[in-house]
Amino acid sequence: MIDTQVLLNGIVLGALYACIAVGFSLVWGVLNIINLLHGSLIVLGAYLAQMAFTHLGLHPFLSLLPVAAVMFAFGYLLQLLVLNRIIAEQVLVTLVLTFGLDLLLYNAMVLSFTATPRRILLDLGRIEFSDIVLPVDRLAVMLLALLLTGVLYALLRGSRLGRAIVAVRMDRDTATLMGIRVPRVYAITFGIGALMAGAAGSLIAIVFPFSPGLGETLLGKAFVVCVLGGLGTVLGALAGGVALGMIDSVFGIWLGPQNATIIGFAALLLVLLVRPAGLVGRVGYE
Amino acid sequence: MQGEAAGENKQVFGLALAAAAVCLVAAMPLLGGNYAVRVSTTICMFVTMGLSWNFIGGYAGYPSFATAAFFGFGAYAGAILQTRGVPMLAAWVAATVSTALFSCMLGFAILRLRGHYFAVGSFAVLELVKLVASNWAGLTGGGSGLNLPIVPGGPEFAGRVFLYSMLGLAILTFVVAILVDRSRLGFGLRCIRQNESAANMLGVDVDRLKIAAFVLSAMFVGTSGAIYASWVSYIDPTDMFSVLMTIKVPVMVMLGGAGTLFGPIVGVVVFQLLEEKIWSSFLEVHSGVLGLVIVLLVFLLPGGLLRLPARLRLVRGGQAVA
Repeated sequence: MIDTQVLLNGIVLGALYACIAVGFSLVWGVLNIINLLHGSLIVLGAYLAQMAFTHLGLHPFLSLLPVAAVMFAFGYLLQLLVLNRIIAEQVLVTLVLTFGLDLLLYNAMVLSFTATPRRILLDLGRIEFSDIVLPVDRLAVMLLALLLTGVLYALLRGSRLGRAIVAVRMDRDTATLMGIRVPRVYAITFGIGALMAGAAGSLIAIVFPFSPGLGETLLGKAFVVCVLGGLGTVLGALAGGVALGMIDSVFGIWLGPQNATIIGFAALLLVLLVRPAGLVGRVGYE
Repeated sequence: MQGEAAGENKQVFGLALAAAAVCLVAAMPLLGGNYAVRVSTTICMFVTMGLSWNFIGGYAGYPSFATAAFFGFGAYAGAILQTRGVPMLAAWVAATVSTALFSCMLGFAILRLRGHYFAVGSFAVLELVKLVASNWAGLTGGGSGLNLPIVPGGPEFAGRVFLYSMLGLAILTFVVAILVDRSRLGFGLRCIRQNESAANMLGVDVDRLKIAAFVLSAMFVGTSGAIYASWVSYIDPTDMFSVLMTIKVPVMVMLGGAGTLFGPIVGVVVFQLLEEKIWSSFLEVHSGVLGLVIVLLVFLLPGGLLRLPARLRLVRGGQAVA
């Protein structure tokens, strides 16, 4: 049953991709900033989790919360002190600035952690069901990724804060008139983006080896997921994540992993040209 | 009228300065050693790329990040032809033409996108071309790259050949930039930057102009890629299609002043000299310093170096900085 195995791998990967991309998508949708820092934020989260594991002996499932909190504070302050000043600038400026910040963070990580790949080895065994094999750590990572994404969805749907974020995303000026403090909402949104990045990083550290250079690859994945699924919505990130997970898994077996990446980017361009709102997005809502 | 005359004067001054710079670069083999020649060649190459990017990113205001895609495309086109026995000059011309065709087809597709979507689309193009180059091993040598024939006559002579080739290309691009700046094309592109829908409504053929700007932003970059490939005589996908280069070029143009005739040149020269003088001494924090420069540029120098005198005058006049 190779096929079921491939589909299962696709779903596991897809859940992780959704978690990687959902923060990026939220920041893009609400702040109108393409955050090139996102990939490095994920890697930073992975390093924090790995350090908590080796130095403090903290299990990555437990350190997830403190890591996420630290990342939230980092993102919140970055937006409040730096990015809010240029939020209204054109794409070129915001994009170039986040790239500059990314270079700084990348360089800092190479200096502090070196470029040698690291990984958290948990070895939780695996589940076998006829021909299908599923390592337990991957299963746990998938469930946690879905849980985190679900929590964010509930937060945006149900809480006052979430409603404020969605309101700013829909119409900033009206939101201001309704008494929403937009700069603060921006800072919180970016904080949530960093938080999700950090959490995704903790999960990645469990199942993949990582180094500072991984950030660029992850950023590429976030781009594809975002455009495939549609911007700024949790459901869009989920749909895009699973779609890309399937693409990577199915075409990876069929044509080799490198060519699967080509298919992913080709799908990005195609969706961008044919249906810019994404697979599940609504036109005019992007 | 007075302002116009002052503007004309400034342009004449700028052109004189550019001519002096050309003479300086041309005399470089006599003035400096091989190192100075190499730095000058690199500067000429980036001047070509900066001026080219300025057509689409500066005048038309489309944030294109496809520069490295065209650079790599031209490099590979030239290299593939040269390894199959085509003479160097013919390979450069063919690389230029094929890059122009490639960008034209691409333009039809992605120039329909605007703002963030165009930026992402152009990034995706870069990523796609890079992946194709690393996977199509039969044509491109894949990840192990391609070796090109070395120019005979010794390193010193070869250095001069490539210096004058890059200088000639930069001058050609600059002449085209002057022509565009003064023509209806330049005017139309500025209209597109300010308000594309309004320009369209008033009868500016926005689709044709955008494609023209996009092709202009690509073809000479393709040439410079081909020349670069012959110069270093070895290319591989990660070097040719680098994300760093694709962002560095807009950064250099912004440093000088995007959408102006001289901005790209000023920006490239300042940036490259800084890079050579300062950053090469701090290899460990090279990308970090570049990041810092970008952050400072965005916050302290909006509008670029060329707008600095005007902004200083405003400050001295007691008015708020625009």
